[in-house]
Amino acid sequence: MLLNHTTSKIVERKALTVNPAKTCQPVGAMYAALGIHGCLPHSHGSQGCCSYHRSTLTRHYKEPVMAATSSFTEGSSVFGGQANLLQAITNIFTIYEPDIIAVHSTCLSETIGDDLGQIVSKAASDGKIPEGKHVIQAPTPSYVGSHVTGYANMLEGIVKYFAKKSDNLKNQLNILSGWVEPSDMRELKRILKLMKVKNVLLPDTSDVLDSPMNGKFEMYPKGGTTIPEMVSMGDSLHTIALGEWATEKAAINLDNQCKVKFSMQDLPIGIQATDRFIQSLAKLGSVSVPESINDERGRLVDVITDMHQYLYGKRVALWGDPDQLIPLAEFLVDMDMKPVYIVSGTPGKTFEKRMEKILSKSVPEAKYKNGANADMFLMHQWIKENPVDLLIGNTYGKYISRDEKIPFVRMGFPIIDRIGHSYFPTLGYMGGLRILEKILSELMDQQDAACPEESFELVM
Amino acid sequence: MERIIKERSTQVHTIGTSAHDLDCEKKSLAGSVSQRACVFCGSRVVLYPIADALHLIHGPIGCAAYTWDIRGALSSGPQLHRLSFSTDLRERDVVFGGEPKLYTALTELIEAYKPKAAFVYSTCIVGVIGDDVEAVCRKVSAEQKIDVLPVMAEGFKGTKKDGYKAACDALAKLVGTDNEFQAPPFSINILGDFNLAGELWMLKEYYEKIGVNIITCLTGDGRINEIRQAHKASINVVQCSGSMMHLAKEMEEKYGIPFIKVSYFGIEDMADALYEVAGFFKNNEMLQKAKDLVSKEIKTLLPALAPFKEKLQGKKAAIYVGGAFKAISLVKALRLIGMKTVMVGSQTGNKDDYNLLKKLCDEGTIIVDDSNPNELSEFVKEKGVDLFIGGVKERPIAYKLGIGFCDHNHERKEALAGFEGMLNFANEVYASVTSPVWKFFKR
Repeated sequence: MLLNHTTSKIVERKALTVNPAKTCQPVGAMYAALGIHGCLPHSHGSQGCCSYHRSTLTRHYKEPVMAATSSFTEGSSVFGGQANLLQAITNIFTIYEPDIIAVHSTCLSETIGDDLGQIVSKAASDGKIPEGKHVIQAPTPSYVGSHVTGYANMLEGIVKYFAKKSDNLKNQLNILSGWVEPSDMRELKRILKLMKVKNVLLPDTSDVLDSPMNGKFEMYPKGGTTIPEMVSMGDSLHTIALGEWATEKAAINLDNQCKVKFSMQDLPIGIQATDRFIQSLAKLGSVSVPESINDERGRLVDVITDMHQYLYGKRVALWGDPDQLIPLAEFLVDMDMKPVYIVSGTPGKTFEKRMEKILSKSVPEAKYKNGANADMFLMHQWIKENPVDLLIGNTYGKYISRDEKIPFVRMGFPIIDRIGHSYFPTLGYMGGLRILEKILSELMDQQDAACPEESFELVM
Repeated sequence: MERIIKERSTQVHTIGTSAHDLDCEKKSLAGSVSQRACVFCGSRVVLYPIADALHLIHGPIGCAAYTWDIRGALSSGPQLHRLSFSTDLRERDVVFGGEPKLYTALTELIEAYKPKAAFVYSTCIVGVIGDDVEAVCRKVSAEQKIDVLPVMAEGFKGTKKDGYKAACDALAKLVGTDNEFQAPPFSINILGDFNLAGELWMLKEYYEKIGVNIITCLTGDGRINEIRQAHKASINVVQCSGSMMHLAKEMEEKYGIPFIKVSYFGIEDMADALYEVAGFFKNNEMLQKAKDLVSKEIKTLLPALAPFKEKLQGKKAAIYVGGAFKAISLVKALRLIGMKTVMVGSQTGNKDDYNLLKKLCDEGTIIVDDSNPNELSEFVKEKGVDLFIGGVKERPIAYKLGIGFCDHNHERKEALAGFEGMLNFANEVYASVTSPVWKFFKR
């Protein structure tokens, strides 16, 4: 019983987070920056931050993750980190030769008052940025928001720097992707191709963090949104932003800066969210939905019909990031399951409103919480009060799963003990089918393992 | 090697060709993709295995999230160390100070978990906003009647090594606080083993078999009450010299306890560790028992290693680990299975370690301090390496280059220390180097 410290009596905690359902901003900024081509993320702070983020991303993707650091010392924390960042920019362009350096801050550099924008301008005016090379930046104070906020801030930093409005309107849509896996970004591109919608997808970590084994170590793998693509985003017809927490800032920026209007949407997880995505693609891209996509939808609905008896009424606990949890909860309700407990360490007021709308009628008993103290400890206490049939979330659920003997589907960030997330998407109708398959496999494996011998069934 | 940063050239050395001494214990260059971590990381990994203590991280959430149960340091009893506790500092706290939050969190935690002691880690930002962590610890300690030990681990104050020192400083406050305890004869402390994959339990068995009593291990499978008694030992046996030397030296000064440096990795070093302890006690019976144990173990181990050695003979290895002392043992152990080390480096080695490595390795071997992925992959390609030994960040790079890999860091899944560990090591190396997957692409 690894978690025998968890008590079923829920204690009010004032100042304490136990087993967090989130992490800090910079790792999100690093992940987002890896989704642009030829970019080296740079962490402006102590060495440890950079090391931790690289290790976490490496554990999640089983891929090399490159990023540089300003290597703060005691001196930098007193006199400011400007000298470190200027030296870093010179060194990075000389040695690692990226096209773009994406600098994000840390709690330390924010607290001592380093102004990344000012330092980067100084680097430019001092001639430290070679021609044709770029330094972009985003503030990511670790004590505000969560890892998702860092992702959002870096996306905003990217479009702010690159997107330009020219006189030539382009017949293309901007797709701002929320924090999803390389497999999901690949799936978005597949759907967009089937729909025949010209587009720029930002960021795009496919072919970066799922790169093939070829006997070479490539500092800058072939994937990632390119500079011309990012520049052209200012001339697009419209932006579809997928996931409010991760993409709204960038979408608003594109609107303000280049007058590209945007539609804020959920990540296309499950039937309804994917329906909305496909419909807006059809409308905004002035295309019709091809039969092949309708067929994918039909197959997903077909499997739900076939297996409904195993899904009906099952109580589910989920944790992770709001952008995933909202459409996932909706999908679970559509499959007649009951998402009864939901936590996210990521703050944000609309979370509760959205969940209430999705859950109030069909799962009135549901408990959900985000922000301070919405952690895995609270989740475990809820489960101890009244158990669930299934857990869905990142790797940190494995303790609860083991202690309480509850089937567990891994989804979210980080997943550091299983593979698959990099290669098999959870977005779109096909992604929905994968979520469904995983849920059913776990539930039915559990039934096979736990049921009495006389009710052990061959045909299910 | 045209892509080595000019300023870094003194931190790379090729045996037989470079005249200069290897430069080390330097700060990393800003802008490098260094594999190093920070002060906090150093103290956290050292203290983490103390299983009945509360470990509270005072800072924004990241520092706690990234160190939540990442080290396979096993405990035979309590598992409190595997949970993640954070004050989760927010913007408001950064402006108005985090002391009240720290006080409340500590009090809530101690009341809920009744730990034997508490460690409070201060992170980068705490050092800058000026929270008096020591004062809060004193206050809570007085109120709750348990030791609450501040670990001054602001990340920017140096490298991981400085974190080891911060951890040792905290431990030094516990050592010597139980004077009632009477130590049995032939008592030692093990310093610098973290019970990864249960290695300490194997070592304990060896020591017990030769009649040596272990008072405490710092910090593998560690317990607060045992640490309090550590000053009653006759000798400190120190492994992983980087992390625990400060404490060994301090205990020598304060309590007159001498220390010896050992390594438990590889047959030679493991045997030496037992002989040295027996030698220290000047006890013939113990020495004989040690000899018997070693010869018995070797008798079964060598034949078991032979088939691996045959397959691995002449293969080349590259090593890049945290501390250079470990690298020395690795070079020897690799030799035992027929492999040659052609590149060896560490994040935080010191001059003595590197000089030892220079003596130990063959001509042409590259020795490197505080390296980065670019350099590492260049070296590996240049030398035609078959195996890379490193940690979490090096693994995928090695695999992308089509090279076998062995994790000699936190993520080892098999015990690698001791005699049994040597066999596990050979097996792991063999499996990775000869994996059929390598035939599916050209190196």
